[in-house]
Amino acid sequence: MRKLSADVVVVGGGATGSGVVRDCAMRGYKAILVERGDLGHGTSARFHGLLHSGGRYVVADPESGAECARENAILKRIHADAVEATGGFFFQIEGDDESFADKFIEGAKIAKLPYQEITAAELLKREPRCNPKATRVMEVEDGTIDGWQLVWGACRSAEAYGAQILTYHQVTGIDVVGGKVQSVRCLDRKSGEEVVIDTAYVINCSGPWAGQVAALAGCHDVNVVPGRGVMVAMSHRLVNSVVNRLVKPADGDIIVPVHTVCIIGTTDVKVEDPDNLELPRAEVQKMLDAGELMVPGFRESRAVHAWAGARPLIKDDRVDASDTRHMSRGMAILDHETRDGVGGILTIGGGKLTTYRLMAKNITDVMVEKLGDDRPCRTDQEPVPGSENGKNYQVSHRLHDREEDRLEDQIICECELMSRKMFTELLRANPDASFDDLRRQLRLGMGPCQGGFCSLRATGIACAEGGWSADKATAALRLFLKNRWIGLWPILHGDQLRQAALDSWMISGTLNVESLPASEEVVL
Amino acid sequence: MSSQGYSALGFAGHELARASLDHCVKCTICETQCPVLAVTPLFSGPKFVGPQAERYRHGLSVDHSLDYCSSCGTCTLVCPQGVKIAELNSQARAVMKAGHMPLRDKLISQTVVMGKLMTPFAPIANAALNVGPIRSLVQGVIGIHKKAPMPKANSRTFMGWWKKHTPAQPATKGKLIFFHGCAGGYFEVDTSIKSVEVLEHLGYEVVVPKQGCCGLAQQSNGLYHEASANVVKLAKELQAAGDVTIISSSGSCTGMLKHEAHEIMGVTDPALADVGARVRDIMEFLLELDEAGELPHDFQPIKMTVPYHAPCQLKGQGMGLPALEVLKLIPGLTVVESGAACCGIAGTYGLKKEKFDVAQAVGKPLFDMIKATNPDYAICDTETCRWQLRKGTGATVDHPIALIHRSLGLS
Repeated sequence: MRKLSADVVVVGGGATGSGVVRDCAMRGYKAILVERGDLGHGTSARFHGLLHSGGRYVVADPESGAECARENAILKRIHADAVEATGGFFFQIEGDDESFADKFIEGAKIAKLPYQEITAAELLKREPRCNPKATRVMEVEDGTIDGWQLVWGACRSAEAYGAQILTYHQVTGIDVVGGKVQSVRCLDRKSGEEVVIDTAYVINCSGPWAGQVAALAGCHDVNVVPGRGVMVAMSHRLVNSVVNRLVKPADGDIIVPVHTVCIIGTTDVKVEDPDNLELPRAEVQKMLDAGELMVPGFRESRAVHAWAGARPLIKDDRVDASDTRHMSRGMAILDHETRDGVGGILTIGGGKLTTYRLMAKNITDVMVEKLGDDRPCRTDQEPVPGSENGKNYQVSHRLHDREEDRLEDQIICECELMSRKMFTELLRANPDASFDDLRRQLRLGMGPCQGGFCSLRATGIACAEGGWSADKATAALRLFLKNRWIGLWPILHGDQLRQAALDSWMISGTLNVESLPASEEVVL
Repeated sequence: MSSQGYSALGFAGHELARASLDHCVKCTICETQCPVLAVTPLFSGPKFVGPQAERYRHGLSVDHSLDYCSSCGTCTLVCPQGVKIAELNSQARAVMKAGHMPLRDKLISQTVVMGKLMTPFAPIANAALNVGPIRSLVQGVIGIHKKAPMPKANSRTFMGWWKKHTPAQPATKGKLIFFHGCAGGYFEVDTSIKSVEVLEHLGYEVVVPKQGCCGLAQQSNGLYHEASANVVKLAKELQAAGDVTIISSSGSCTGMLKHEAHEIMGVTDPALADVGARVRDIMEFLLELDEAGELPHDFQPIKMTVPYHAPCQLKGQGMGLPALEVLKLIPGLTVVESGAACCGIAGTYGLKKEKFDVAQAVGKPLFDMIKATNPDYAICDTETCRWQLRKGTGATVDHPIALIHRSLGLS
């Protein structure tokens, strides 16, 4: 058993938890973040990558729109390397409700949202693949953001302020003594060791899993209603700006160009278990139809991967309705001291990635106030490590980097232009990482071939340079391919089907990966 | 990206080429066949600069190594999935070069200007082109390699010959339009003359309208604006000469009219579509005649073994190798196909100082094959390839029509 101690333990390594651990650390608290898997492997990366301008909310809730607009500007600065300032358009298509465009303008003025109405011809000049039947068009400051890079950036910043980040640490218990939190017990899933962290405070940022975590402290019936959203990535950018339909928010009305792909999303279906998210074919087809309406030819384009994420909605009737000071729109903070009589634990839910920093500030403010401290939030003041130069990401970055080093270095993932050095350096720093852990930081296997070629190269290199045994490498390869396959089967048609056939000939037909001897141990 | 770059790619043709990248399954067949990648690491290969890099292209051009693509088109030809690899590369290069085109690339793509300047001074031009120090100066100033194969300036032009020409016999068949191309007008005059004489021998009435440049050299140097204007102007000139088949012995210019201007630059002018459907490579035309049973087989024997190189830009037209079929009709003649993808010159590529060595390395196996097969005589359908092969082997290199001409007793 390992013993640790901290002023505050943050549970959950998604955007909110990373924001909270950074905020706590910057305010001088000794903070530890525990995450049962890898950073950003839940809701925070299973989204479409949109950095909201606020345009989506200005009609129904201009305040929320204004909040997004402010945070959008802050994130572009503090997470410069994770954000691409693509710009965005909201456009109507012949037959859409024209009065909605007027309502948009009204709301945008109230929210002080930067926007301008442009002609359909201008939209088609900038985004030639958009539906030529476009009518009214609003240009906004939408951007795109890499959820993993955001989470890693915030955590690295937190570490620079003395925080500890413990991934693959699952909370197994929260000890409450005399009505107050005393310690958090975890299982280190990689080593099997028990870890006990003495602490006076727990901030529960586990999103769709918040009810399960709160229950460990004896706080029951936290009503989390996970909302499943399905997304589909297309193999190249059909648009270079975010395009939204200028209608009442509905399913599949946004296409977001993120890195080399573009993503359409999303749906919203209530589900029971956030650990078992189905990818119903009907919802995938609905996304492709919606894409076709915005970008004719979308259906014939190549889909490379589909996935689902769970929104962390908390609908708790025991939230103190009068306490709105610390609330961000669409977000809920539960103070378990007043709600359940358990001191030293707060739960947060709801919200959206664009306002993650504000949510973290709000809940940290609650803790600071309850502790009777006076430590103001500074998270909007300084960039996270890697974003110091203030330059936003551009899609051409990796092509530029490989142009520089292609004669000296080998390219392992050709689709996502990951070099051998990028891979071996991260592997050396994280010798226990799975291929999916590496993927989340390197984009290994996320391009059109979906790992068909690069996973085999990566496996060989892990043996040659990472000291992996053949058994371990084979097991890791199988797990990686299995996980890729989950997102592949619902979109298998056209070009991606041909790719899957070729990959299968290589992996099964030639190498017979299924029958190779492999480690019996569970690979994480 | 400069505004010029946007305009260069602001057409539906680019969207089509870009959409085709979705078909790439990374099989790497294009890279195994690319003649440039086989000889130099300076080029990152067709799969890399084509379907892979295109996913990263928005805004600034960052991958300058794509300029090592010779535009031979072998990649598009061999791709089993239908990816427009060479087209994507050509378009990306046009964007990259927009705004900072070297003087050299502008100059050597002005084929008419070069021909006009050199013709009246042919002996002087030829002497100057053979003088090392002068060529060194040219290399230093405008970047054409001092050893690069250059056209032999001709003291007469095809147009000069045509003005004084009367057919040897009255026409018994229909009318054909002859498109000679810039090189066929100024440098490879003999090939043009022999082509016209063969067509007239077969009984056709040949007309030769005044005609400008097809713009191919400008296109492959990324000058889309000028190239598009030129190809449309040419199409209209050829169209004005009548609604009949157009024949050319300029293999690569034919490809420009048939498909390249449309597929690479997105030219949609109806005159180009019309002319592109009517134009035939002369060997392709002879093969069509033969297949229709309309080509007399009165060929006199030529006892010879001849190496034949089918140029990349001819193969890209997807018509097979008609010269190989037609030459089989000549008794005693053994034609050996080179099997090489490209001779290295690829239009103007091999003339440039930074690409000269690459182009020579690409051509080396072909030079060796020619020397081993017949060191004195070879045939090849396009002009710049013949210059490259002459320079690389010392052999006489003719258009295949020269053998037909000879076998028909015309020379």
